[in-house]
Amino acid sequence: MTIQQIFFGYFAVMMTALSVLVVAGKNPVHSVLTMLVLFVHMAGLYLFLNAEFLAAVQIIVYAGAIMVLYLFVIMLLNLRKEETEATFHKQWPLGAAAGVIFMIFLVVTLAKITVIPQPGPYSIEAIRSEGSIMTIGKVLYTEYLLPFEIASVILLVAIIGAVVLAKKKVV
Amino acid sequence: MVPLSWYIILSAVMFSIGVFGFLSRRNIIIMFLCLELMLNSVNISLVAFSHYLQSMRGQILVFFVITVAAAEAAIGLAILIAFYKNNPTVKVDEINLLKG
Repeated sequence: MTIQQIFFGYFAVMMTALSVLVVAGKNPVHSVLTMLVLFVHMAGLYLFLNAEFLAAVQIIVYAGAIMVLYLFVIMLLNLRKEETEATFHKQWPLGAAAGVIFMIFLVVTLAKITVIPQPGPYSIEAIRSEGSIMTIGKVLYTEYLLPFEIASVILLVAIIGAVVLAKKKVV
Repeated sequence: MVPLSWYIILSAVMFSIGVFGFLSRRNIIIMFLCLELMLNSVNISLVAFSHYLQSMRGQILVFFVITVAAAEAAIGLAILIAFYKNNPTVKVDEINLLKG
């Protein structure tokens, strides 16, 4: 067992446990804060896979922006009385059965997956010689320029939609 | 060296936990969190494939997934706030205005 496998084991165990805590937590604020810890672990896993820029984006965008948005919404809504009520549906065993069957299916089908080792153009040495951000930027702004522009339109639609939906009715 | 299948299994387990939470929780905010959990588990497998195939496509796709997740969170929470003004509950089994 190498040191990398021990590190991966730590990340895997922590991430599984934290996701269970997110799903099972009674208080939504606790769930969001657990999700923050989960995202930090996920950024660690990205560093492990030589995706430094994605690790930074994960911390800044997910942990910094999206989770804070969730916290704001939870504070806007008054959820004090909800904590005393039941956490799960009446039909929760069906949901659990669906989740377990789905997990068994995925693990059985994906456990033996291997990729044909084909040395692509972006080996670790190539990325290291040029820098992670420059490599991603070159691919993003040449080969994936159109999807990038479409993503900007999606964000614009989200901004306008959120403002229109949340503003006061002027009737 | 960590085998690729370990990452894929971790991703599958996290995705299934997200599916379970989405199907079983009553609180709609936690259901949104479970959606984020599922998107993030897919991101793990994309980055792992990108690393093992020595390609950049997976990492680029993760960017777009993060973009869509941000848009989805903003719109979904705005809808939730607009709904909460009319009907102050976040329990999905009490949201039955269309039931007739």
